[in-house]
Amino acid sequence: MKHLIIVVASVLFGHTLFAQNNVVTKRDTTELEKIIVVAERKLSNYRQEKTLSSVDTYLEKSNRVTMIKRGNYAWEPAINNMISDRLNVTIDGMQIFGACTDKMDPITSYVDVSNLEQVTVNSGQEGTENGHCVGGGIDLQIASSHFNESGLKTSADLGYETNGNYKMAGLDFEYSGDKLYLTTDGIYRTSDNYKAGGNEEVAYSQFKKYNLSFKGGYKLTNQQAIETNVIYDKATDVGYPALPMDVSLAEAFIASASYHYKNQSTFIKSLETKFYFNSITHIMDDSNRPDVPIRMDMPGWSDTYGFYSKMKINANKHHFLMNLNGYHNRSLAEMTMFSNSPNEPDMFMYTWPDVRTFYSGLYAKDHWQLNTFESLSFHTRLGYHLNKVANDVGLHSLQIFYPDMEDTQTRFLTSISTDYTFQKNQFNTTLGLGYGERAPSVSEGYGFFLFNSFDKYDYIGNPHLKNEKAIEVNIKSGYQFKTIKLGLESSFFHISDYIIGEIDPDISPMTIGANGVRVYQALNHASIFNVYLNAHISISKAFSFNSTIGYNYGRGSNHNNLPLIKPLSYLAEVNYGTPKFNGAIQLEGNGNQSKYSPFYGENETPAYAVLHLNFGNILYVKHNKIVFKYGIENILDTHYSTFADWNNIPRQGRNFYVNMSVIIP
Amino acid sequence: MKLKYILPIICIVILSMSCSTDDDDTPQTIDEIAELKKIQDITTNEHTIELYSKSGVFKTGYNEVFIRIKNNTEQSYFENANIAWTPMMQMPSMLHSSPHSTISKVSNKKTLYTGSVVYQMTNTDGSGWSLTLNYSINGMEYSATETINVMQSAKQNVTSFMGSDDTRYIIALIEPLDPSIGINDITVGLYKMESMMSFPVVENYTIMLDPRMPGMGNHSSPNNTDLSFNSSDTMYHGDLSLTMTGYWVLNLKLLNTSDTVLKGEDVTESNEKSSLYLELEF
Repeated sequence: MKHLIIVVASVLFGHTLFAQNNVVTKRDTTELEKIIVVAERKLSNYRQEKTLSSVDTYLEKSNRVTMIKRGNYAWEPAINNMISDRLNVTIDGMQIFGACTDKMDPITSYVDVSNLEQVTVNSGQEGTENGHCVGGGIDLQIASSHFNESGLKTSADLGYETNGNYKMAGLDFEYSGDKLYLTTDGIYRTSDNYKAGGNEEVAYSQFKKYNLSFKGGYKLTNQQAIETNVIYDKATDVGYPALPMDVSLAEAFIASASYHYKNQSTFIKSLETKFYFNSITHIMDDSNRPDVPIRMDMPGWSDTYGFYSKMKINANKHHFLMNLNGYHNRSLAEMTMFSNSPNEPDMFMYTWPDVRTFYSGLYAKDHWQLNTFESLSFHTRLGYHLNKVANDVGLHSLQIFYPDMEDTQTRFLTSISTDYTFQKNQFNTTLGLGYGERAPSVSEGYGFFLFNSFDKYDYIGNPHLKNEKAIEVNIKSGYQFKTIKLGLESSFFHISDYIIGEIDPDISPMTIGANGVRVYQALNHASIFNVYLNAHISISKAFSFNSTIGYNYGRGSNHNNLPLIKPLSYLAEVNYGTPKFNGAIQLEGNGNQSKYSPFYGENETPAYAVLHLNFGNILYVKHNKIVFKYGIENILDTHYSTFADWNNIPRQGRNFYVNMSVIIP
Repeated sequence: MKLKYILPIICIVILSMSCSTDDDDTPQTIDEIAELKKIQDITTNEHTIELYSKSGVFKTGYNEVFIRIKNNTEQSYFENANIAWTPMMQMPSMLHSSPHSTISKVSNKKTLYTGSVVYQMTNTDGSGWSLTLNYSINGMEYSATETINVMQSAKQNVTSFMGSDDTRYIIALIEPLDPSIGINDITVGLYKMESMMSFPVVENYTIMLDPRMPGMGNHSSPNNTDLSFNSSDTMYHGDLSLTMTGYWVLNLKLLNTSDTVLKGEDVTESNEKSSLYLELEF
């Protein structure tokens, strides 16, 4: 129960550093940045603002994470102001890659809160446990069950939001026996167009989605168990108001089987081996748009097979973790344009020319408790990375730009980092240093005329890109003085061979209305810096005040600001909480985006501030528990958009919501 | 009209006949036309002149033609013929020929001869053209003339125009016959109309190339190269980048040896197409 409260607190104050630390203590004190989001199926959903909010909304509550919005669905997470290509996003350690060339299907869109137990966000090189990254790692951890003989537990969720007529329904069964557990859940969400402040309807912002998952475990012996997990996620009729196209289908099938070994008395404390497979189909089209220069279909597919094997060893003051993993991914996307003159044939091209990625690598981490107050930890990941263009037509199309290009490209990737933690009484601090590399993403390496509606350029991949390399320094400090906690968190990244699209004036754009063509090139270097200050004051047992202010900076060696860098941001909230009732009022806002990047297609986003109010009640009817969540978002119906809104699409106006969860043990 | 229906039947009959005879005596001969389709036969009392091409029809534009001559009495093919030919178009007011190569024997073949011809135009029903073959076998001279059918190609793969030097030129697309996404070798034939009967190859000019896709904002493609003359095959060669399938307009500009533009303009915002162009679709 104590842990539960800590977790609950962390979710509520997900913005604070300390709460995150607290949560982490249960697991591993060295984790620098860990935001744990507790899924609605867990008891702790009581403290969430919305039990049924999407994974995206959960993630957005974190300091380091910003969500890039192209609509009301499938937001793209960014950590430390770095987006998908620079992150490593996994589902329970499984590599999975979106099938959309326009980043309309971040991995986070293929799971739902009903599948998840927690989301682990690690900043920078701390995020390399499952793969190489520069910005950080997100691991969406699937809810695990235990052999605890608790029998059948059922829970049901219902939710409604006025803005967009958003309806949600979920059902969850969990059976736990001595040797066997089975859990299954389903969730359905549907929303019409939402309204921005001032009752302005945002066209093409509707979506429908359902998600089904199954998990089963069988205990072989007291130390050994096998588990299997299947997730099927299907979204249809998803509108993207910021883009010229919508998605008629985004479908994922995710499956895994794993073996677990745990023994506290042996040298090897735990061992886990998992084999997995996932397949994504993403159909992008413009059939709902009445007025387009040309009709087009852009389907994409991404299939990944892989495995990982993790081992934990404790020896004296050392905690070792090893993770050997490998995967094979196939990314294929094509584009068919239907000519406006009926006697002309369809125009066809491969936008991702069947790129195969093979990766195999080893991660090792050692956490060394030097003494009661100090600890050191080391992380390293070494990997072999291979790309192959398997489609001849696709290869020939890229050879238009790169005549000497070969179909295969191999790389070695290195990541190494260390951090030092000092914790004594009311003071704690962590200093970290890291170096990491990443391979270019499929789009960066092999994309062919990918239209970016943000800067309105067609992008061409570059197979000759070097690895992007980052040196990072980070510091995190906290100080507690009676009822006041103060925190500081800051990172600096110096990224060499920073991959970004550079204008090539000699190439004519393919997309009608495009400004030109950008080819992925590397800036000599780029710098990204962020700092967050946090204060948390416990006014009384029930009342508390929390505030955060953050500043981010990003600039390239070409003396241009980097795009999608968060301006000055702040948040202040007053919370009231008792065991059966909670309420909070929040103010969040951004300063004027003065350091915007016109060079990369940005315009200046004005400052904004919005006010939210939320409440929660918990009721017990016999043995059953009912959780109510309700509130108002954007109380003042402010019309605003943020730096992270693609093409400045306005965010939701005033929204009344209510979520209800019934838990029948 | 009737010919259109009869011709394929004749072809089939002939092919099946030749198949059956081949099995009996000369199976090697059939290999020589294995990948070819018959266009038509020109029959005289003594000989049957068989015309073949890869498509089996004459079309406007550049045609690579294969020929063999059969001795009607012995049902065998000559291996030592000297063949010359003249395509002729009867227009209401005049009679003219078209660019055509000499005819030579196909290397490694015993009975097959080849040459190329460019038909710069045709009547809508395919009529208007005739072909005269003058050939000698074992010192004996023969001649045969027959009307031929030249179908209009779907896309403009040949164009005839007046240059700023008051000379009429004909430009014909030779390759790619089967374009693909990527960099294609483009080959073009350039001929000058010296007289109604004489269409010599023009040497050492430059043909500037700008492929565009009018159905998709008239965008171009990168890394094309202008065409230059190759004296060994007397054709113009360059690189043609095609980024996607569909309908492409190959905008051209013809420059003479002193780099004076004889025909064609740059494609700009206001000028969608050069007055000198070829078309391609795949």
